[in-house]
Amino acid sequence: MSKKDTVRNNVEPIVKGTKTSNQHSIDEHTVHNPGVPLTVDWLNDIRVNLSAVQRRTKSLTARRSLKKNYQAAWLLKAISCIDLTTLSGQDTPGKVKRLCAKAKYPLNLDIQKALGVESLGITTGAVCVYHEMVDTAVNALAGTNIPVAAVSTGFPAGLAPMETRLEEIKRSVAAGAKEIDIVITRAHVLNGNWQALYDEVKAFKKACGEAHMKTIISTGELSTLSNVAKASMVSMMAGSDFIKTSTGMESTNATLPVSLVMIRMIRHYHDLTGFRVGFKPAGGISTAKDAINYLVLMKEELGDTWLNPEMFRFGASSLLADIERQLEHHVTGRYSANYHHPMG
Amino acid sequence: MKVTEIFNDMSYGPAPEANDSVKDWLANKGQGFGLFIDGQWQQSDNAKTFETKNPATGDVLGTITQATETDIDKAVAAAKSAQPEWQALGSHGRARYLYAIARVLQKRARQFAVLESMDNGKPIRESRDIDVPLLIRHFYHHAGWAQLLDSEFPEFEAVGVVGQIIPWNFPLLMAAWKIAPALAAGNCVVLKPAEYTSLTALMLAEVFEEVNLPKGVVNIVTGDGSVGESIVTHPDINKIAFTGSTNVGRMIREKTAGSGKKLTLELGGKSPFVVFADADLDSAVEGLVDAIWFNQGQVCCAGSRLLVQEGVADEFIEKVKRRLNNLRIGDPLDKNTDVGAIVDPVQRERIDALVNQSVEQGADLWQPDSQLPQDGCFYPPTLLCNVESSNVAANVEIFGPVLSVMTFRHQPEAIDLANNTRYGLAASVWSENINKALDVAPQLKAGVVWVNSTNQFDAACGFGGYKESGLGREGGKEGMYEYLKPKANSVTKNQPSNATQDPKTKLQPVAGIPGIDQTAKHYINGKQARADNGNTIKVLSSDGQTLGRVGEGNRKDIRNAVEAAHKAASWAKTDTHLRAQLLYYIAENLSYRRAEFCQRLVSFGTQSQSQAEAEFDTAIERLFTYSAWTDKYEGRVHQPPLKGVTLAMNEPLGILGIACPDESPLLAFVTMLAPAIAMGNRVVVVPSQKMPLLATDFYQIIETSDIPAGVINIVTGERDGLVKVLADHDQVDGVWYQGSAEGSQQVELASAANLKRTWVNYGKAHDWYANDVSQQLLREACEVKNIWIPYGD
Repeated sequence: MSKKDTVRNNVEPIVKGTKTSNQHSIDEHTVHNPGVPLTVDWLNDIRVNLSAVQRRTKSLTARRSLKKNYQAAWLLKAISCIDLTTLSGQDTPGKVKRLCAKAKYPLNLDIQKALGVESLGITTGAVCVYHEMVDTAVNALAGTNIPVAAVSTGFPAGLAPMETRLEEIKRSVAAGAKEIDIVITRAHVLNGNWQALYDEVKAFKKACGEAHMKTIISTGELSTLSNVAKASMVSMMAGSDFIKTSTGMESTNATLPVSLVMIRMIRHYHDLTGFRVGFKPAGGISTAKDAINYLVLMKEELGDTWLNPEMFRFGASSLLADIERQLEHHVTGRYSANYHHPMG
Repeated sequence: MKVTEIFNDMSYGPAPEANDSVKDWLANKGQGFGLFIDGQWQQSDNAKTFETKNPATGDVLGTITQATETDIDKAVAAAKSAQPEWQALGSHGRARYLYAIARVLQKRARQFAVLESMDNGKPIRESRDIDVPLLIRHFYHHAGWAQLLDSEFPEFEAVGVVGQIIPWNFPLLMAAWKIAPALAAGNCVVLKPAEYTSLTALMLAEVFEEVNLPKGVVNIVTGDGSVGESIVTHPDINKIAFTGSTNVGRMIREKTAGSGKKLTLELGGKSPFVVFADADLDSAVEGLVDAIWFNQGQVCCAGSRLLVQEGVADEFIEKVKRRLNNLRIGDPLDKNTDVGAIVDPVQRERIDALVNQSVEQGADLWQPDSQLPQDGCFYPPTLLCNVESSNVAANVEIFGPVLSVMTFRHQPEAIDLANNTRYGLAASVWSENINKALDVAPQLKAGVVWVNSTNQFDAACGFGGYKESGLGREGGKEGMYEYLKPKANSVTKNQPSNATQDPKTKLQPVAGIPGIDQTAKHYINGKQARADNGNTIKVLSSDGQTLGRVGEGNRKDIRNAVEAAHKAASWAKTDTHLRAQLLYYIAENLSYRRAEFCQRLVSFGTQSQSQAEAEFDTAIERLFTYSAWTDKYEGRVHQPPLKGVTLAMNEPLGILGIACPDESPLLAFVTMLAPAIAMGNRVVVVPSQKMPLLATDFYQIIETSDIPAGVINIVTGERDGLVKVLADHDQVDGVWYQGSAEGSQQVELASAANLKRTWVNYGKAHDWYANDVSQQLLREACEVKNIWIPYGD
């Protein structure tokens, strides 16, 4: 039983780029996950107990409480980790520009001053759009460090021809997307066809080139937590830089139990290979309390290294508005109204 | 800290629970707490008092009264005089009070949680999310049992006055576990909280006042062990319920021996936490945190012995260590605290001494880097690795945040190691193979088994131990029986056992030519066995004629019989259909010899032919009754609030010693033998001392009925001497004794050593013809094991 030694000894994490940012004082190096060969043994060892996972997430959120300045700081952190998202058939350049403006200035300056956090230069982690809007977003965000993320590969169902899915990635990257959120073929997971899943994700990764790849495993459509765990592990072996819960279009999107299972897999993969993979819960996270619960889960299970936008993102559209209101309340002691805060 | 600094280091910061209202409450009690007796707060001017402290800070919280013997007399008198009316109030009336208590508790939940954490040192998260919700649930659940008492327990009534002594680790929850079922059943209570943690019980008394609970129904007396002793020995108390250490429990068993007091004891444990290689290891780590670092490990059912399969042991221990580094130790009133304070410096020193001793004996100590608070009574979460079976940490209950780590190779070894302890309170089994988990659970000698979970509790599920972890169950229907007794006049005739029979029934001895010499041997391991000392004793009829001879049993005969019974362990696994068939077969084979057995009964000179026939026919019927029950006396499926089920399984005690009375010598013998073996026990029977030939005649029936060797063993001789050997024998799990008051006391006293289950008659003869004894003996023949099975994928 020396699973741990298998890969770590001969593959080191690859550190690329020297992207600088004024947002975060921690190490800013972008870590890519180069992936490892498909190792089916690692999948066979996976065991997930649903009720125990549910107990952990239920008790964890009751075990941690953040008050006053601590709550404010954690909410600011949450803002910095948001992939501010619009994925609607109604999206227009106008809407996307407004969203990008919100990404640049996510928090009213008065509130920032009152909190004494202007120096942090808080922005959201990224802006996330469909391919057609990448160009608009890149232009709107020019001069900032805010990356544009594009959902891709036939999002959300992922059942377009392989050629067009690969082409979609390439075009988005060419248009300036620094991050690509791909979807997987759920059938490969449901049928236990791990080789096919691995090959698919690996092909997407190749198409991404330098762009960061976030793999959406679509937990709400995978039926069991064991499937969630195995799909996570295969996606990481195939080189995903992030694993992401959901498209936001499933009937059940991110939940704490599926997130716990995925981040335990991230930890396990790190133990096995030395590579750190990021995590992005998406869909249904709309309150400041939800956001804090996810951050607590990350801190407790993966540690502080994962508490920054390089390793953690929220896929969310309405979350920011609730955080803004909470922070205003923190500053003024008055409950806030939605219309106090600029729309995204 | 500035927001920008926190943004960078992402620390949690303090999150104190407000305790102003509790501080005010304590300040109002500045003069000290009295005793709650007969609905009044009582405190004599010259009463001795002692201080109670917050273990996390050392601050004095209040002054507690040391109750005197006179106070206990008053409390017991109050309970005794309140009891008839409380019982007469009826099911619905009592249900209304219990419901009202639950409602008020719900409204004061936060205050109770805060006071509990201040007095005991447990994290507020636990008192708030676990202790207090379970407390409330317990009163609601038992409001239900009060309501249903008449319909569900028609043959039973309240025991009377109950003395209850509770520990400091779950002061409120234990008070609820004790008071709620006692009141539901119609008893009145004298309760003593632990010396370290009296405060929440005293706050509970305020709730009783608030709902206008009739005076004297619950009395709360505080103080040290001497108060407990006064309760235990008080002649007007009918039942003792105790939760605490095994040593004190044993002492209580000794002090109450022969008194006729009913007893439940929830004692110590060294519960195994078994992790198979195919477990969800990450979840098992969390389970372990809940098992041994919950309430600082000061939990009787704490999973203090980790048994992990060798192949995954290193990986698992690494995960445990990583997790321990994340545990937050500190102020119990901080909502982010995982591990709070040890209840008292005395306990901390005890923990430390045991850990040091374990390390001296070869264990490897590991503790996380986390800082302990400067002040207050804290002990770090501790791993003791490479603990061998002989290490003190594998055997002694440490009652602190200390985990002993052992490994196993395969399932049989896991079970052997898990059962290699004097205790048998609880166990956890972790495996994603449900076939394996459900195979292992029944083989663990423990009152509660949690599959892929740990420290789950609910009012609907019985809790209690096997072996030296205690007697009886708390919670669920099985717990209600502990506060009930069969209605007067149904089971015991209020007449001394062994009473001489009415002379009118005495008949002439059998006439005729001298019989062939008959010298019966013992029956051990399916064979007739000569007495070890080679002696025989004469069996006489009532007018002094020799009817035959039987072996004079001694210690070694008993030893051999127990050995044989021990080897016949597979009887417990024989399916119920087969056991039922064998009992029917006994009845059938016995029925062929009706004339002979009746003649034997008559030969003793105390019964007429028609009386003998009545006894014989009832014995046959009794065999049919227990054959019928064999595959019908089943467990229950509890439905606690979780996705899953809790199976309450009836399991045999193991080896049962049975000492038969002289009255109804055949019927009593059959009535005790049949339920014992029907439920899967193996027995060593000491038959009626005066009329042993009925039992020795009976072993021919056993032989022809295909009962496996060792299941039934019969040793004849001097009853009280032989039963003493059985009661002293640590391999024997229970003793049923029907004889004199002195003999009953002797059995209860000797059974204290390994806390074996006893059923004795205190010298009062049973009416063996009464049918309602049957279910009681089935209950006495079993332990209830609650297996928690959460599910979902």
